[in-house]
Amino acid sequence: MTQTRKALSLENLETRQIDPTKPLLEVDGLVMHYKIKAGEVSAIEDVSFTVHQGEAVGLVGESGCGKTSVALSLLRLLPSNANYLAGEIRFDGEDLLSLSGEEMRQRRWKDIAMVFQGAMNSWNPVYRVGDQIRETLDTHYRGVMTYDEQRKHMERLFSSVGLPGEMLDRYPHEFSGGMRQRAVIAMALACSPELIIADEPTTALDVIVQDQILKELKRIQLEMGMSMIYISHDIAVIAEVTDSIGVMYAGKMVEYGPTKAVFSRPRHPYTYLLLRSTPSITGPRRQLAPLEGEPPDLLNPPAGCRFHPRCPFATEQCKTEDPPWVDLGDGHKVACFDYQRVPALDEALQR
Amino acid sequence: MSALPAPRTTESLIQIRDLKKHFPVSRGMFRAPTDFVHAVDGIDFDIAPGESLGLVGESGCGKSTTGRMLVKLMEPTNGSILFKDGDYHRDVANVSGSDMKAFRARVQMIFQDPYESMNPRRTIFDTVSEPLAVQKIGRVHEREKRVLDLLRLVGLTPPENFLFRFPHELSGGQRQRVAVARALVMNPTFVVADEPTSMLDVSIRISIMELMTKLGRELGVSYLYITHDLAVARYMCDRIAVMYLGKIVEIGPTEEILARPKHPYTKALLSAVPLPDPTIKRTPVEIKGGISKAINPGPECRFIQRCPFAAEVCRTNPHPSLEARGDRHFVACYRVEEIEAGAQPTQ
Repeated sequence: MTQTRKALSLENLETRQIDPTKPLLEVDGLVMHYKIKAGEVSAIEDVSFTVHQGEAVGLVGESGCGKTSVALSLLRLLPSNANYLAGEIRFDGEDLLSLSGEEMRQRRWKDIAMVFQGAMNSWNPVYRVGDQIRETLDTHYRGVMTYDEQRKHMERLFSSVGLPGEMLDRYPHEFSGGMRQRAVIAMALACSPELIIADEPTTALDVIVQDQILKELKRIQLEMGMSMIYISHDIAVIAEVTDSIGVMYAGKMVEYGPTKAVFSRPRHPYTYLLLRSTPSITGPRRQLAPLEGEPPDLLNPPAGCRFHPRCPFATEQCKTEDPPWVDLGDGHKVACFDYQRVPALDEALQR
Repeated sequence: MSALPAPRTTESLIQIRDLKKHFPVSRGMFRAPTDFVHAVDGIDFDIAPGESLGLVGESGCGKSTTGRMLVKLMEPTNGSILFKDGDYHRDVANVSGSDMKAFRARVQMIFQDPYESMNPRRTIFDTVSEPLAVQKIGRVHEREKRVLDLLRLVGLTPPENFLFRFPHELSGGQRQRVAVARALVMNPTFVVADEPTSMLDVSIRISIMELMTKLGRELGVSYLYITHDLAVARYMCDRIAVMYLGKIVEIGPTEEILARPKHPYTKALLSAVPLPDPTIKRTPVEIKGGISKAINPGPECRFIQRCPFAAEVCRTNPHPSLEARGDRHFVACYRVEEIEAGAQPTQ
């Protein structure tokens, strides 16, 4: 199945075909530690996943689980104390970790763009929003578009996210929270990237605005045949917008698979408990299951499975050995020795 | 005042009548303000002893302002807050001086951000025992015993280990437990909790929610629970009041509001909540635009600009008052019956 990927306006410059079976981004065995005074924080430990063309992948987990570190690694935007110890990040077959700084700079925004957490702080308050978007175009399409063409292009970007073109001449403080987030999305689309990383794109927004923004993102993604990585602590948001989901805990990925499969048949105890502790406004008002304890300190992560101190099934083996990935079919994978016992958790909790 | 949200019992702990807060919009240093933001604009509700009422709405709807007025962190512009606790009967809107101190002994607040609601240079003991010191209750060793009891109660065990630690040594969840302990140290009858779990991770959030509910039941505390998260409100509150631009548009028992919302705004709000289940498709209720500020609002319904059902009757009449539409369920909308009967959106 292929479809024509329409670039937002640079029609003739970019018309790509997308093939949903082809991988666009492959993260393979990524290990990244932050070096700090007190030692090494093991922030990403052997994380692997693949984003296919046109696919929306979600990374969920609690704060400090490494999901934002993964996102920033894809753009190589991490601070200088971040050490990549192993692994590859292949984008269109090319290892991003081996590129020079300048080569990477060329790829940012043009191939991979990012919608940052907290739209409030993504803008420079003293420049007009339009001028800030123009900067991206100047960097990546120098001499390709005239000043007037740039303006036309930006107006089209704004209208595609539901903002009037005149808003380009306004300063960030004149935008409401939702409008600012729309403008951030417009800026991410400026060079029609193949992949957009949305890090908590709607966390600071009210629920009605959140709903509008998520729909907008979904529509644009489908229209343009883009791939998306959504990063959120909010399981409900991820459930609605993604095709595949990776659950992270304490720097490791513990479960990965098609969103529907993971939500209907969670096989890692952490995923299971995370789903069970998320309140919902529909369905019967079931008992919520709290996760006891707190996430570990990544300066001294627990040996073996990192979830074992909080896991109701933990055995001696979990405390010493790293659980291997088990393939459950259809791309659903889980890293747990005792994944078969997870369905029984339901009964155990009922008692 | 027409039909008021009736209290569950005849003796309500708190009765709020026509409560208002208007903030002046500054027009320069030497000019008297001519414009006012009507942050809270004439709201009425009652809270029964031991009941927990959820106040939900989007940011800027006036829910936090309401909470702050109830604990007297803000002076109301108008209206009365009748507070009845044992032999303490007062219109809180007018208390001051030593009377205020007696009021503060009965009412406490839990704030949203556990990282900013505590003095970083004071130990947990100082923080939790401060209300006792202010109220001049007990000697130091008695206070210490009380603080230890409370830390144990909120699940910080062993409490001796926490007594002389500083806020930065605790995690967000532990800090919020300290905030709960501080709020309960005076044995209050009423606690205002302003988004107490919104900064916490989901797994920790549940345990704080359970803790607050459990302690509320055991100690007979009434809560005003301010939140933007309807799913959290479902688990915390007996009743829910939905606010929009300074007005309460719907109030009723939690499950009733969630299952049978009647106000168009409540319907839109509920339909926008994402569901943690990818197999369910929501049926969205589209409403236009975003919430604005209520600067010198006109007399008509506050929701009129965004309401898909706005009609002539909404334009020519003042903002509708809350009318009974079922068991303890009150809705402020002129067209609620027509909408129930299947009226089509007007726009």
